[in-house]
Amino acid sequence: MTAAVRVKGAPRTGVDWFLLLLRVLLIGLIVIGLLAFIAQQIDPGNAFAKWTHDGEEASRLTWPQFRGLIVTGLSQGAMYGLIALGYSMVYGVLGFINFAHGEVFMVGAFTGFIMSTKFDEAGWWDGWIFIPVILFTILVCTLVATATAVIMERVAYRPLRGSPRLIPLITSIGVSFFIQNAVILLFGPGAKGYPPNPEWLEETIPGLGIEVKKLLVIIVAAISMAGLWYFVERTKTGKAMRAVAEDKEIASLMGIDVNRTIVTTFAVGGAMAGIAGILWGILFKSVIATTGFLPGIKAFTAAVVGGVGNLGGAMAGGVSLGGAEALAPLMLLEPLGVEGPSQLRDAVVFTLLILVLLVKPTGLFGERLSAEDRA
Amino acid sequence: MKKLFMILGMFLSLSMVAAACGSTIDEVASDAADAAGDAADAVEDAAEDTADAVEDAVTDDEDAMEEEDAMEEEDAMEEEAMADHLGDGSLGQVVVEAGAEVQIRSLNAITGDVAFLGLPNQRGVEQAVADYGDIKGFGVTSGQGLDDLCSADGGQAAAQQIVADEQIVGVIGTSCSGAATAAAPLISAAGMVMISGSNTSPALTSDQQGNAGPDYHVGYYRTAHNDLFQGAAMAEFVYNELGLTSAAAIHDGDPYTNGLADAFANAFEALGGTVTTVVGVAKEDTDMVPVLTEVAAGSPEALFFPIFQPAGDFVADQAPGVAGLEDTILLAADGLLTDGFMELAQSEGMHFSGPDVRFGANTNESTGVSADEFLATYEANNGEAPSAAFWGHSYDATAMLLDAIDAASFVDGDGHLVIDRQGVRDHLNSIQGYAGIIGTINCDAFGDCGSQKITVIKHDSAADIEASKANVVFEYAPS
Repeated sequence: MTAAVRVKGAPRTGVDWFLLLLRVLLIGLIVIGLLAFIAQQIDPGNAFAKWTHDGEEASRLTWPQFRGLIVTGLSQGAMYGLIALGYSMVYGVLGFINFAHGEVFMVGAFTGFIMSTKFDEAGWWDGWIFIPVILFTILVCTLVATATAVIMERVAYRPLRGSPRLIPLITSIGVSFFIQNAVILLFGPGAKGYPPNPEWLEETIPGLGIEVKKLLVIIVAAISMAGLWYFVERTKTGKAMRAVAEDKEIASLMGIDVNRTIVTTFAVGGAMAGIAGILWGILFKSVIATTGFLPGIKAFTAAVVGGVGNLGGAMAGGVSLGGAEALAPLMLLEPLGVEGPSQLRDAVVFTLLILVLLVKPTGLFGERLSAEDRA
Repeated sequence: MKKLFMILGMFLSLSMVAAACGSTIDEVASDAADAAGDAADAVEDAAEDTADAVEDAVTDDEDAMEEEDAMEEEDAMEEEAMADHLGDGSLGQVVVEAGAEVQIRSLNAITGDVAFLGLPNQRGVEQAVADYGDIKGFGVTSGQGLDDLCSADGGQAAAQQIVADEQIVGVIGTSCSGAATAAAPLISAAGMVMISGSNTSPALTSDQQGNAGPDYHVGYYRTAHNDLFQGAAMAEFVYNELGLTSAAAIHDGDPYTNGLADAFANAFEALGGTVTTVVGVAKEDTDMVPVLTEVAAGSPEALFFPIFQPAGDFVADQAPGVAGLEDTILLAADGLLTDGFMELAQSEGMHFSGPDVRFGANTNESTGVSADEFLATYEANNGEAPSAAFWGHSYDATAMLLDAIDAASFVDGDGHLVIDRQGVRDHLNSIQGYAGIIGTINCDAFGDCGSQKITVIKHDSAADIEASKANVVFEYAPS
């Protein structure tokens, strides 16, 4: 990663100039887009807005609309953050990207679908009994996702421990296909709909203008992240995880069971993905065998944006990615006169990734890699 | 050892979960197998029972030909087989050996999210083949139903498989316009014909002003409507009936949704309305708030989203929560006019445009089967009513293709049935005033044969979908 940064005093090559130009261009576009957005919020008929909108006045975003975007970005970002934790932790400990992690998330969402349908048949997916029921559902989704991640580690990755890093990476792609197709075999290829949420969950909190379900998603995600942080930073097992991430050999010399710690890492990452899965179900009420793919890729992007191996970075990366995805089309692209900016959402996400890597190759909060990776 | 037990335990619990959930799938699968078996039996029964009726049908055909083409009929009187068929041989011939069957194919979306649309189409084809009977003593088969996957990739792959088999005369399909754009050029180049019962994109035929659409290929026909008419119907409904003057449209980039959204926007502007936004979403998008906020910025009074599930679920679910769209009237088209969507609470109160399916006593002139008879057979064979509206279109399309094969073929001295590919096209091009289940069918120069009748329904209650489907609030027929 550090190769992208020029050593101080070394002569600039053509590549350096190109990268510099790219950086300036991207940041310039963001600044101009933001300024144009502010300008058209103040006066939709200003000269620049008219120029970019073919002579017509731009349209203002109202405060409730803006707030709606922020809330949707936050709730989406919270889920990306939860998934990103799994990528980040596994990368920190084993140094490879577990591409099947998105499927763990999907398995969580599918478990939620089964549970919610059954509870709905029993009439428990409604009213106030929903609260204990959803807590139980979250627990079961977490357990199933954890089990999936642990089995994955045992069956697919442990036999490859010590082999070149590319091999578990390719294996993880295979595992991803395996899980997707196993789910198609079991449940069919069609989208599965969650039962309707209780009415109070769909309502908007007066004054705040936030839907209860989105608030629920944000709160559950925040609690899970806080719990994970406590686990990693304050418990003995967490300390062992950090030690293994730092240096496996020395950790084992200190009496830490490396294999067990790695399993714990997978389990904790899987649990976070499972929670994200059920939250996804509550928010979008639909799950399909390929649900894990795009959120998985975005969460991986979030992990890189935040700094691989850095847990706080993964969370912040997820939230900023979700926020950018929701806000950038209307705040940056629309003022620049781009037509149908919402279609460019995914492009925005990956441009953000490129920009972060160009400006700060170690991610926003810095990588935390083991000794052998740093060497 | 302890670990081994742990792992085994986990596998055991997982497999129990799998078994619990898997059982329903098995049941469905075995039900489907039973249904398929029943269908096969029914087809056989029908073939036996209607042996007499077939003779009548053949006579009817000859009558029809008399009306259409007196000159041809005179030639036929000479009993010279060679002269008794349409076509000049320019696209080659298909020779069906004695005892073999005439090969046509059904190419529809029969798996995945859009199977609700393709399955009734395929079953319509199969029923039409069974009802039609033999052509000049030769049986007809639609073979194994092919899958267009409702995508360009699927359409192309299936079309390549079809054109590799030179015995195939024509194809009934595709279900989706997106698949047709990829399949039509291949089918056309192979000299075959393709009649779709549910493609509606204007790009596949013409702009109705005499200009071929960008994806038009000779040999392509359809009995479904052209979405220029559906767009115009929805625009008239919104502007004249609802009295709204501003509207927005959402598509998903697919030729069908894109064409319909544009047709609606153009017709709405032509009526004097303002189109605030026409914007695309990705089919796999789930969070629609950003795109809906973009739409809300223009404050439209109506939002038309002629897309499919699952994206349509998210738009309908999330739109009322976006500031500025709380009171916007939501409208969709035939892609969402399905039980799966209408059962959702968020679809209540929406309007849907779609083909006029009030077929009443309409009867297909080639088979003599009426809409009611068709539906009775369909439900007996499949245990359910059709899940989408285009079964009648597919049925008529199949009967038209078999008529065309009849008109373009002769039995040669060796007892082979020789079918002239150009003759099949000539017959389809000349179809005027054909009485089908969907109404009167006239083919124009670019393959548009549909009756072009559109209705708009209002969906009042997710608990009673059938009542909503019958709740026609606006009808449209091209002037």
